[in-house]
Amino acid sequence: MEKEWKKQNPDGSYTVRTCGWSPPGDHPVGCGMKLTIKDGRLIKVEGDPEHPITQGRLCIRCLTLPEYVHHPQRIIYPMKRVGKRGEDKWQRISWDEAMDTIVEKINYYKENHGSESIIVFGGTGREACLYYYPLGFASIGTPNVCYPQSGWSCYGPRCAITDYILGAGYPEIDFAGHFPDRYEHSEWKVPEYIMLWGKEPLKSNPDGFFGHSIIDMMKRGSKIIMVDPRINWLCTRAEHVLQLRPGSDTALAMGLLHVIINEELYDKEFVENWCYGFEEFKERVQEYPPEKVAEITWVPKEKIIEVARVFAKAKPASLGWGLAVDQNPNGVHLGHALLALVALTGNIDVPGGITIGPPAALMGKWRMETRTNLPEELWEKRIGAKQWPAVSTALATTHPDETLDTLETGKPYKLRMGWFNSSNFISPTNSAQPDRWYRALQSLEFCVVQDLFMTPTAMAFADIFLPLPTFAEHDGVVLTHYGRNAIFAGAMNKALEVGECKSDIEVCIELGKRLYPEIWPWNSAAEFFSDQLKPELGFDFDELREKGLYQPGYTYKKYENGLLRFDGEPGFNTVTGKVELYSTLFEAWGDDPLPYHEEPPYSPYSTPDLAKEYPLVLTTGARYYTSFHSEHRQVPTLRAITPDPLVEINPDTAEELGIKEGDWVIIENMFGKARFKAQVTPTINPKVVHAAHGWWFPEKDAEEPNLFGVWESNINTLMPHKHIGKLGFGDTFKSIICRVRKAED
Amino acid sequence: MAKKGYGLLIDYEYCTGCYSCEVACKNELKLPHGKWGIKLLEERPWKINDEKWEWNYIPVPTALCNLCEDRVAEGKQPACVLHCLGQAMEYGPVEELAKKMAEKGTKVAMFVP
Repeated sequence: MEKEWKKQNPDGSYTVRTCGWSPPGDHPVGCGMKLTIKDGRLIKVEGDPEHPITQGRLCIRCLTLPEYVHHPQRIIYPMKRVGKRGEDKWQRISWDEAMDTIVEKINYYKENHGSESIIVFGGTGREACLYYYPLGFASIGTPNVCYPQSGWSCYGPRCAITDYILGAGYPEIDFAGHFPDRYEHSEWKVPEYIMLWGKEPLKSNPDGFFGHSIIDMMKRGSKIIMVDPRINWLCTRAEHVLQLRPGSDTALAMGLLHVIINEELYDKEFVENWCYGFEEFKERVQEYPPEKVAEITWVPKEKIIEVARVFAKAKPASLGWGLAVDQNPNGVHLGHALLALVALTGNIDVPGGITIGPPAALMGKWRMETRTNLPEELWEKRIGAKQWPAVSTALATTHPDETLDTLETGKPYKLRMGWFNSSNFISPTNSAQPDRWYRALQSLEFCVVQDLFMTPTAMAFADIFLPLPTFAEHDGVVLTHYGRNAIFAGAMNKALEVGECKSDIEVCIELGKRLYPEIWPWNSAAEFFSDQLKPELGFDFDELREKGLYQPGYTYKKYENGLLRFDGEPGFNTVTGKVELYSTLFEAWGDDPLPYHEEPPYSPYSTPDLAKEYPLVLTTGARYYTSFHSEHRQVPTLRAITPDPLVEINPDTAEELGIKEGDWVIIENMFGKARFKAQVTPTINPKVVHAAHGWWFPEKDAEEPNLFGVWESNINTLMPHKHIGKLGFGDTFKSIICRVRKAED
Repeated sequence: MAKKGYGLLIDYEYCTGCYSCEVACKNELKLPHGKWGIKLLEERPWKINDEKWEWNYIPVPTALCNLCEDRVAEGKQPACVLHCLGQAMEYGPVEELAKKMAEKGTKVAMFVP
């Protein structure tokens, strides 16, 4: 890449090169682009052809960034509420006043009720993921940092499972991203098959994987196996599709393993040397013969056998696992089975297989280490940590469902102050029964919200609103997989300033300097990033700006050379030093050490009587190009493309129910109901419907009780609280039961 | 005016329906809401047989498309081609693109706007 990252143009404008992250949201993919500024306004966003991963490509969420940055509804100054909660009455204040008020409140709650009475809520995916932990642990000083999704069901389970089974950071499809010469790199191989399990990477918001790399690899010969309850577009370009019943995934994975093990298609050398518990595992898969699995999953027996064979025989083969692993109370066992699938077929840490990173690196490591600011007895008060060791060992947060219980009961202690960073969770983003959270959160006495727009959550709870800058407006470092598999680190360069916004790290530093000055020595974000980068990589933030991005390269088969374990011995960084097909930790925590299928809490098979009343299986949350969770609904160009919340329904089912394309319908079950527009499509099974998540209506009345129409199409009101797995992970977002009827109005 | 004898090749095997061409083009030509220089069309999914589905997206350039004459003059790709997530578009002389179509063999189209 060119060294010059900021250029003056002849017409008086200037152009800044950057790698995108958030806000507006996406996960750390770090797409390369050039931002042109004229007279203080972002006038143009253009893809950067020099960026080795995205090569100029850019999705419409970035292409419409000027509409977002200069949106008339954006909040660009600190505000304090001057009316009652839920009233749209605010007054602009200075950062000094905001910080003075906040510090006074923090000190008050600490002195009178203990630091643990303060809780930080963080949203998914945005850059805030690196900073809301330090905000809680080291700027505020509370052990209670919460990601409020039932069963922590987004990314965290996959990371935890990998930590326990492989002793590694996030396992990612090897798309040659680590190498500057990419697909031309001499060691890299084209995956012969790529299996995408509960993941549609083109539209979804990957954590370090540029989704259209799948297309790059298809053009180079990779064949695709899709495992998904919906026929999505990528399924139509795939070699094989396993269209399974939502929530039956673990049975399907075990069925594939049954074939691979019994037909001896597995990598014997790898199993012999690097896997623990193969005999027990082999015995367990005998419970999942393809004919039985076909009945459970609705996938034909022949397809299961065929796919097992082609996947096992492909060298190399890769696997991308998606949110469907997390959003399932049986998901830990699914994740375990899928890691076994890639291990047994010899595809871990090999070219064109699965890459693995360290459990944490750079800012990803720092964010966890900041908890040493807390004395041990305070850390012990972290909500739900003792009850759910499988969650609290890998993740430094509270247990989300226990947190709702605490808010409702005041036990083991009352939570009094809330800080919401980039989390709009009364909208149908991540919490189950957001209506219940909404009622419970009323008990918080003082709340701070950091965001860019007045969201339903901010309107309901904020006493102080702190405006965040977009990624065009602040310095940062994009770290793919939050450091759990750092395929590259990219420079995010501030191109302009809008109002008086401060980034996550700037707020952490500013607040930290007031409360714990000794651990916050930095005077700017750039200084902080230099200190993070230099010791590990040998260059500072300014040098990263000049490089554009840094790809570290990749060493394959690290397990052979002692590069995965902290003690330098060969093997994996697990209890047994091997890939644990038999999990010693799951056993220690009271779960089965081997994967098993368990029916979803509500399904045609687990609750047949209820299913008579609610005969359809509901799956939710497939992605659209036009939004990131609850974001982007106020961006005119994007909203014109996806104007309404859609439910996909099969033509046969629709006809039976008297529903036509474009009709408004009510989706309802035992827990709640939501209003959606029907999209009649044969791509969904007649017994299944799919509903979109994230919907609220920025154009509607802001004030209580309307809150931007947040309760109208709130699909998460149909999802019950605390329907989690034995280890504390999972929810019902991908599989619950419902009925659908035509709306009266 | 679009450069004479030049066109846009669309590999609709890999057009993923991302709308980047539409939006990048609107930005480039500074078009208001409701006007397009290229518009994404969808052939909605239907089943060919038990195994195979047909589902195609294809962006169609409109009368407002000038094949990004200014960008091309500066040595850049047309905005739609640069931003296409599937890298399913190509700009060039019609004869050259026709050869590429023949080489590709399936699911490929050319527009001369």
